[in-house]
Amino acid sequence: MGGSAGGFDALAAILLAFPPDFALPALVVQHLHPSDDASFARRLARTTRLPVVEPCDKERIERGRVYTAPANYHMLVERNETISLSVDQKVNWSRPSIDVLFESAARAWGGPVIAVILSGASADGAESMRAVKDAGGLTIAQEPASADSPLMPRAAIDTGAVDEALRPEEIGRRFLQLGSRNAECERA
Amino acid sequence: MGKPDIEDIEIDLLLEAIYWRYGYDFRSYARASIERRTRQFLSVAGCASVSEMIPRVLRDEEFFSKLARYFSISVTQMFRDPLVYRAVREKVIPLLRTWPHFKVWHAGCATGEEVYSLAIVLKEENLYQRATIYATDFNDEALEQAREGVYEMEKMKEATHNYQQAGGKASFSEYYHARCGAAAMDAALKERIVFSSHNLASDSAFGEMHLVLCRNVLIYFNAELQNRALGLFTESLVHGGFLCLGTKEGLRFPEVNDQYETVDGKARIYKKKDVP
Ligand SMILES: C[S@@+](CC[C@H](N)C(=O)[O-])C[C@H]1O[C@@H](n2cnc3c(N)ncnc32)[C@H](O)[C@@H]1O
Repeated sequence: MGGSAGGFDALAAILLAFPPDFALPALVVQHLHPSDDASFARRLARTTRLPVVEPCDKERIERGRVYTAPANYHMLVERNETISLSVDQKVNWSRPSIDVLFESAARAWGGPVIAVILSGASADGAESMRAVKDAGGLTIAQEPASADSPLMPRAAIDTGAVDEALRPEEIGRRFLQLGSRNAECERA
Repeated sequence: MGKPDIEDIEIDLLLEAIYWRYGYDFRSYARASIERRTRQFLSVAGCASVSEMIPRVLRDEEFFSKLARYFSISVTQMFRDPLVYRAVREKVIPLLRTWPHFKVWHAGCATGEEVYSLAIVLKEENLYQRATIYATDFNDEALEQAREGVYEMEKMKEATHNYQQAGGKASFSEYYHARCGAAAMDAALKERIVFSSHNLASDSAFGEMHLVLCRNVLIYFNAELQNRALGLFTESLVHGGFLCLGTKEGLRFPEVNDQYETVDGKARIYKKKDVP
C-alpha cells in the first residue's frame, strides 16, 4: 500500500479491518520527512492489532505483520521473502517511493499481489500499477472523492490499470475476502 | 511461480557475462535492486532487451564501465544520520584517544562526503594528526570525485544543518571555500586520507584497522556477500576496534555477531571483542 498526504487516515481505516490472525503480510510506503525516526511506524501501530515493523535490511517477511518503509530508504521485495532497503536516488521526488515497492513486488511475487494507492498529492505509484496488473495482481485505488488529496489515486486511475476504486473501509473488507479465499496471497 | 521469467534468465546471463569478462561479481548483489537498475539502463543504453546488452557488455569496455557505474549507487551526504557522528564523538573517540596512532577505513566511500565528515570530527577532537584514513570504493569515478572533494554549493546548506545536528563545534563554512560556484573541501582535511580502489566482493582485507565504517553498502549485497564483507572487516580490525554500519544494517550472522559487542545499537556501532 502506498500513501502520501492524507494517507495515514486511510491506511488506519484499512488496517482496522484486519483481525490479529490476518493471513497476509502488508508492506506500506508512506511519504515521510527524511528525519522521521520511526514515529510513523509507532503512530500506525496504535491503529492496528497487527505488529507494525520498520524493517532492517534483509528482514524476513512474515504473515500478519505490517512493514513500513523507513524514511530515506526505498523498500524492495526479494523473491526469497525478504526485504531489501536501498538509498538509490529519489523516484518521483520520494524516498521511499511507492513505485519502487510495487514494481519489485510485482516481479518477486507476480499474481498474488494486491497494490493499493491511497490519498496523496503526487503521482508516485501510478506507473507501477501497470506492472502489477500485467503480472496478474490486483490493483486498487482509493476512491478519489474519499481521499484528502485525490491527486495520487486519480493519477493511478488515469493509467487505466486500476481494477477497483474503493473507500478505505471497503478496501479493508476486500482484503478480508481475498485473504480468507486465498491464504497464499501476498500483498503490497 | 510457473514458467521462468525470460528477463530473469537474461539478467542471470548478463551478470555471468560481466563476471567472466571483467571479474566484477554482481551475481551476489541484492537481486531486486540489480533488476531495477538493469531495466533503467536498458532505456539509457537504447537496448530493447537485456539480451541485446550482453554482446555489447562483452565487447565494449566503455559500455561495461557505464553499466558498472550504474550498478554502483554512490548516493551519499555530509554527516548523513547526524546521530551516528554524535555516537562516534561520545563512544568511539575516547577510545581512539588511547592509541598513539590509529587507522580508519571507509569501505564504499562513494564520492567522499562521509570521509570528510569524519575528518572534521577528528580535527575538532584534536585527533586528526594521529590518524591514517583509508577511503575505498570500487567505483573509480566516484573515487576521483572523492579525491577532489568539490561539491555542489546547494548541498552545503543541508550539510551545515547536519553538521550542527551532529554536534559540530565550529562553523561549517570553515571547512570549505567557494571555487567556481562549487564548494571545495579544505586541503588540510585531505592530508591524512589515502583514496584507493577496493572491491569488497573480490579483494582482501586491510591490515590493523581501529575503526571501519561501511555504511549503506551492505544493503546492496545478498546475505552471502554481506557475510564475506563482514568477514573482511573482522579480519582487518584490531581487537577492541570499532565497526560502524548503516542505520538499517546489522550483524545478523552468528559467526560475525559473536565476535562483537554492541557499543550503540541505534548508530550501529560495534566493538570487536578482545581475545578471551
Ligand atoms: C550508497 S553508497 C554509500 C556511501 C556512504 N558510505 C554513505 O553511507 O553515505 C554505496 C557505495 O558502495 C559502493 N560499492 C558497491 N559495491 C561495492 C563493492 N563490491 N566494493 C566496494 N564498494 C562497493 C558503491 O560504489 C557506492 O559508492
